[in-house]
Amino acid sequence: MIIVSNVHKSFGPKQVLRGVNLKIYDGESLVILGPSGCGKSVLLKNIIGLMKPDSGEVLIDGEDITRFDQKKLDALRMRMGMLFQSAALFDSLNVEENIAFGLRRHTRLTDRAIHHLVSEKLELVGLPGTNYLMPSELSGGMRKRVGLARAIAMEPEIILYDEPTTGLDPIMTSAIDELHLSLKERLGVTSIVVTHDLKSAYRVCDRIALHYGGQIVEIGTREEIINSPNPVVQQFIRGEAQGPMTLL
Amino acid sequence: MLVLMNALKNTLDSIGKVSILFLQTLYWTFHNLRTGRFAFGNLIEQMSRIGVDSLLMVAITGVSTGAVLVVQIGYQFAQMGAQSYVGGVVAMSMARELAPILTSIVVAGRVGSAIAAELGTMKITEQIDALETMATNPVEYLVVPRFWGCTIMLFVLTIFTNVVGMIGGSIVAVNQIGLTLVSFRDSILHMLQIQDLMGGLIKATVFGSVIGVIGCYKGFTTEGGAEGVGQSTTSAVVVSIMLILVVNYFLTVGINNFCVAYLQ
Repeated sequence: MIIVSNVHKSFGPKQVLRGVNLKIYDGESLVILGPSGCGKSVLLKNIIGLMKPDSGEVLIDGEDITRFDQKKLDALRMRMGMLFQSAALFDSLNVEENIAFGLRRHTRLTDRAIHHLVSEKLELVGLPGTNYLMPSELSGGMRKRVGLARAIAMEPEIILYDEPTTGLDPIMTSAIDELHLSLKERLGVTSIVVTHDLKSAYRVCDRIALHYGGQIVEIGTREEIINSPNPVVQQFIRGEAQGPMTLL
Repeated sequence: MLVLMNALKNTLDSIGKVSILFLQTLYWTFHNLRTGRFAFGNLIEQMSRIGVDSLLMVAITGVSTGAVLVVQIGYQFAQMGAQSYVGGVVAMSMARELAPILTSIVVAGRVGSAIAAELGTMKITEQIDALETMATNPVEYLVVPRFWGCTIMLFVLTIFTNVVGMIGGSIVAVNQIGLTLVSFRDSILHMLQIQDLMGGLIKATVFGSVIGVIGCYKGFTTEGGAEGVGQSTTSAVVVSIMLILVVNYFLTVGINNFCVAYLQ
């Protein structure tokens, strides 16, 4: 289980996280919704240890990762995968080298076994035979799917998705969502998805949390969120410009 | 006053961070050598990019400098009947100062900027974050091969600059000043000492490490989008060249003192 407890994070005078509290259960798919620039990605980066909170705790299986040294953090990251908003593929490496990156560095698998695993992951994300393409030759949707294949290459227990469908067409969005669901079903992974795409959130979530003003203002199942009396939640899900939620 | 204080604070802050990056680079180098995880493949790739790709520019710089030196001093020396010193003076000037400094400036412009641009782009496109999420230390994976690539290749390229400088000088000496190739060569062999060459190569090695660490630091501290990458690239070149010039003075004094104390 992942517990985010009273996490604060500021950049200069700007307070991005102001006491975030969150519990994510094993095998659950939690979607964090919120307007652009509200600090959702910062929250994800705190959960995977890319940023350290100014105060508060991030507990994974009961251990506070904010106190981890580099060795323990690396060991934890071997159990986690992250799909970045921009896919963050390494420009200088081809698709196969990108996906195999973690396998080559952290396992003693043979080149043949790694090639086989990479091809299997590419099949899973619907991109068979693209092993030797360079990232510059891929479309936005293909890059996201290669990013996802890289995130799952080490068969992680936890996957963090940072805006997995932003900038994709509806068909590609749907394909990514289905992939997410099939991964959850096949590998039983815990997922945290940061997005502002409501349709996609409804499709993949077990629960939804709404992040606004540096805090989680509401959390619940899809139905609980849809029927929430909280005016901030209602404004966000109706996409209204007027209301308590101010534009950033 | 406040502006000056802020500038001083930022400069000290940067010096501290560059020093930490340098120490981390040394740590990961020795750690990986000790554990057998040193990525020699990455190092060779960087050496090829840094060295082989700079060869043409360095060759033109070396030939031109050697040739110009001979033109500048050749006629004056000939008027004084000191033709036999031309080769030696050119060789000493090249070996002690011109080859390491000019090679470093060329490499700082070409390679330091490329390193800052590459790492800066990786930073703003979250590729460095992606490395960390895959339990890979960016200093170990990105900085170590670039740092040693610059350091080793500056040493090699400076030897090359010395050689092509002598060739450029000898062509002008024979065709314009009227010296013979043998007298030019004998002058070099007579006047050039091994400590002249070694002093220049030590300088080049230090300049290479300066270019490597500054390029990587500027890349890692890139912020914003394309504009940020542009700023880092320019800044990497400017800071590297300034540092090379400052460090050159102290190295020259140190090497001279060493030679006086132990080799004469």
